[in-house]
Amino acid sequence: MTLMKKTATELQTLLHNREVSVKEVTEDSFKQIKALDDKVQAFLTLTEEDALARAEQLDNEPLENRGSLFGLPIGIKDNIITKGITTTCASKMLENFVPVYDAAVVEKVHEAGMISVGKLNMDEFAMGSTTERSAFQTTHNPWKLDRVPGGSSGGSAAAVAAGEVLFSLGTDTGGSVRQPAAFCGIVGMKPTYGRISRYGLVAFASSLDQIGPLTRTVEDNAMLLSAIAGVDHRDSSSSSKEIPNLIAGLTGDIKGLRIAVPKEYMGEGVAQDVKESVQAALTVLESLGATWDEVSLPHSHYASPTYYAIATAEASSNLARFDGIRYGYHPENAKNLNEIYLRARAEGFGTEVKKRILYGTYALSADHHEDLYVKAMKVRTLIAQDFASVFENYDIIVGPTSATTAYEIGGVVRDSLTLYTNDILTVPVNLAGIPAISIPCGFSDGLPIGLQMIGKHFDEATLYRVAHAFEQATEHHKRTPSIGEGQE
Amino acid sequence: MNKFTEEDVRYFANFARIAISDQDAAQFSELISELVGFGDVLNEVDTEGVKPMTHPLQLYNVLRVDVPQDVLDREEMLAGVEEHEDGMIKVPNIL
Repeated sequence: MTLMKKTATELQTLLHNREVSVKEVTEDSFKQIKALDDKVQAFLTLTEEDALARAEQLDNEPLENRGSLFGLPIGIKDNIITKGITTTCASKMLENFVPVYDAAVVEKVHEAGMISVGKLNMDEFAMGSTTERSAFQTTHNPWKLDRVPGGSSGGSAAAVAAGEVLFSLGTDTGGSVRQPAAFCGIVGMKPTYGRISRYGLVAFASSLDQIGPLTRTVEDNAMLLSAIAGVDHRDSSSSSKEIPNLIAGLTGDIKGLRIAVPKEYMGEGVAQDVKESVQAALTVLESLGATWDEVSLPHSHYASPTYYAIATAEASSNLARFDGIRYGYHPENAKNLNEIYLRARAEGFGTEVKKRILYGTYALSADHHEDLYVKAMKVRTLIAQDFASVFENYDIIVGPTSATTAYEIGGVVRDSLTLYTNDILTVPVNLAGIPAISIPCGFSDGLPIGLQMIGKHFDEATLYRVAHAFEQATEHHKRTPSIGEGQE
Repeated sequence: MNKFTEEDVRYFANFARIAISDQDAAQFSELISELVGFGDVLNEVDTEGVKPMTHPLQLYNVLRVDVPQDVLDREEMLAGVEEHEDGMIKVPNIL
């Protein structure tokens, strides 16, 4: 059986007892990728030679110098820059872009002794929720290959679910770690805004973007977050708030936990099978000693238009740097400077990206700035206040991560009510800057369902503790897609 | 504003420095009209006296002595630039 279906702790024991070497673990990851990725299409770039050379080097490291993630393979979403390794954001604009430095999180996973095996597919510039908007390939859901893996971190979720790697990094601006984690039946954490340095993350919407770990188990996820979190002088929004020992906090004890379930998250548009799974999960949490009440987050209905105004405004500004001159797509035979700009951006960006830049430019324009952009920032205040008042009386908020299970690839017009409800479930968390985790809570017709738990600012510890207690009390995380079976 | 016209597409695309074909203008007019309608819903919310939230965290300026840190190597930085000469990036004549 592949090593990629084990947990970090199990692999660490094997490495410690010299039953496997770091090189063998790395080789196993590439063996899985070669066997499965023709179908899954999660990776855009593989770095096998570098990874194996590094693995051999790490095998010489004395046991006492090794941490809990030492020698374990990780995949990186392709909007996180990697020195000397092409970083495309799944866009033609950056098809040949080779960064000259590593993102802060990449430095940190290397310091932890992890081995980066390659770069993962995504929606272009993280704008989308299916990974169909990659300029290069469509990633397939390992549970059913005719389904999307979710997005925008679809490659990151699919690679972990298929058992190609144990860990991956994604990014979450409006749900892009949690929703693909839900669609692929794995654990995905969007930490508090500021918990992780964004230095070296290609910016989409700077007041919303946050990097997050994707793994098969809660413990693995907490280990990876512990390794990548912390203040960084190169990102002025990164927080110096202390990170508690997240692993020691996984006690299984959630007695007395007060859970809020927003009625807006269980309303019209949420599929029956998803509602039933979430209800069943609440019963499990009750049996572990938690209590829950229905509450209201009255401005949820406005979260989606608020998000689109703010995210696109910020994107229109952030993406102005792609001018076709300093890096990225460079049009041939342009006659003057303006023609370079116009053509680089027309030929380099895909339709969704252009649409969002145009809407964001409109939102920031003199005539519409007050009634759209500033208005949205005011509603954002109200959305954040909704959360703050619920958290006066409750420890966490629970609901579905997505209104449905994974959609069909190429699915024609998706029911707009469903898409809208899906946004309601994830974007408010980014607007408020609070943490949220998605964990598997059931299956419907062979497809995973995700349970979302939302916490207070900088309280990832409670989310991990509850998620871990739930995971240990249920069997959902033990199911893996059949695509990975038989890889001896 | 209810309809985002083809003229609007060209007007805003000019600010965003994106070349627009006739086909693009028609397509984006339709796509962005949808978004504009979607955004109009915000008018329902009473935001009298509400302060705009510019950032999810309370941030304070932290100052340090102005000494260069983490300076990247110029040659390395230029390796990805399509056209450069004597350490400078080349653009077409603008005068």
